[in-house]
Amino acid sequence: MTDLLRTPLHALHLELGGKMVGFAGYDMPVQFPAGIMAEHTHTRQKAGLFDVSHMGQVVISGADWEALATAFETLVPMDVLGLKEGRQRYGLFTDETGGITDDLMFANRGDHLFVVVNAACKDQDIAHMKSALEPALDVAPVTDRALLALQGPAAENVLSKLAPEAAGMKFMDVKTLMLDGAECWVSRSGYTGEDGYEISVPSEHAESLARCLLDHDDVLPIGLGARDSLRLEAGLCLYGHDIDTTTLPAEASLTWAIQKARRQGGAREGGFPGAEAVLSQMQDGPARKRVGLRPEGRAPMREGVELFAEDAGGEPVGTITSGGFGPTVGGPVAMGYVPADKAEPGTVLYGELRGKRLPVTVSAMPFVAANFKR
Amino acid sequence: MKYTEEHEWLLEEDGLIVVGITAYAAEQMGDVVFVELPEEGTEITKDDEVVVIESVKAASDILAPLDGEIVEVNSTLADNPALVNDDPTGDAWFFKMKPSDLSPMDDYMDEAAYKEFIGD
Repeated sequence: MTDLLRTPLHALHLELGGKMVGFAGYDMPVQFPAGIMAEHTHTRQKAGLFDVSHMGQVVISGADWEALATAFETLVPMDVLGLKEGRQRYGLFTDETGGITDDLMFANRGDHLFVVVNAACKDQDIAHMKSALEPALDVAPVTDRALLALQGPAAENVLSKLAPEAAGMKFMDVKTLMLDGAECWVSRSGYTGEDGYEISVPSEHAESLARCLLDHDDVLPIGLGARDSLRLEAGLCLYGHDIDTTTLPAEASLTWAIQKARRQGGAREGGFPGAEAVLSQMQDGPARKRVGLRPEGRAPMREGVELFAEDAGGEPVGTITSGGFGPTVGGPVAMGYVPADKAEPGTVLYGELRGKRLPVTVSAMPFVAANFKR
Repeated sequence: MKYTEEHEWLLEEDGLIVVGITAYAAEQMGDVVFVELPEEGTEITKDDEVVVIESVKAASDILAPLDGEIVEVNSTLADNPALVNDDPTGDAWFFKMKPSDLSPMDDYMDEAAYKEFIGD
């Protein structure tokens, strides 16, 4: 086994009693002494601090915004050109077949494009961006910064004690803020369905900033376990599970992320890898769709559970791609792929759990209402 | 009290064996959210999966420690699975079984051996 990498907060995680696990090559806390359930609930009620430094941060620069955005649009089906300075957007990288190779956040930071990608995909994403954009542009992985997420209804109050401007930011705004004496790149966004911020902080300052945030009575450290249950309740995809190279945006129910300008008939239609497949699936409608699922009773249905149309017999019609217990919902929640004609909320399917078929109802996502500051 | 390598505790009580999981196991498992119990009267064979425990992290099983019959299950756990974390070695017992042969009990660990087993 190769040695696990450590984030700049590794020593702090150990000091706080984090239970460490290997995740995407990093030694990360899956939970702290409070436990997953308490960490989840605390984040929904007050605020949680997450170390997401394992994710890939990349700065793309070397031209004006129009040139940067035009070049980046060859890699993603998103409207990059129309993104205003100081704003961030959710995006997808696609391959030649239209399959999703990663999901990401990208921001217009004036003189550069700031991109955050998944830890497990970052090497491949960086190579992809370099080969497509260099030498005309400069693709620079940011290796000297940690990434923290402060999430929950108390996040605004906590962060604005360090920088009052934080309160004025709206959902998906990005800004450079001085926090605890360090220049931080802050966005008002997250992966929990709650209001909150994601904070890129110089590595040498990460622990000090984390301690400063944790000093607040409302803030607890949160591990990867609660990060997963929070994002699941929020209906957000986990790359490699809910989306991958075999899923196109329309079947993944991510059509909303493809703005008009890049769609069929749009001002800059297509022009990204796999555009023909992606756009024709959007036009014709996919054969299957990612949906939210509520198993009846209390037993969680996890990734890999097969879904059937009937309570006995027949072949599976779909599979659960993420699932578990939703602490805020107070019961099991899941998402998975089902045939388009069985994707309507209210449709009852059956998940096979330990040889028994139990009813599962297709339901709208998010499972817990989002709490963003629009 | 005896212990299995699967972190179950076994308590002999009036000719029956009461089965639960150790505090160490409950701690490792994390918050328990669901418990599936067997039917009373079920005949079981050693190493049968008789109980399913789901935590926020994963599913795990309790294996039958001996051959015999399930005579009573702790149905409070179905409504209050968190009891497994709150009182694993007390109120959160899972089932009582009538063993067909008690002698395999001698093969299980005593408390000192179990403590050593978990590196305590």
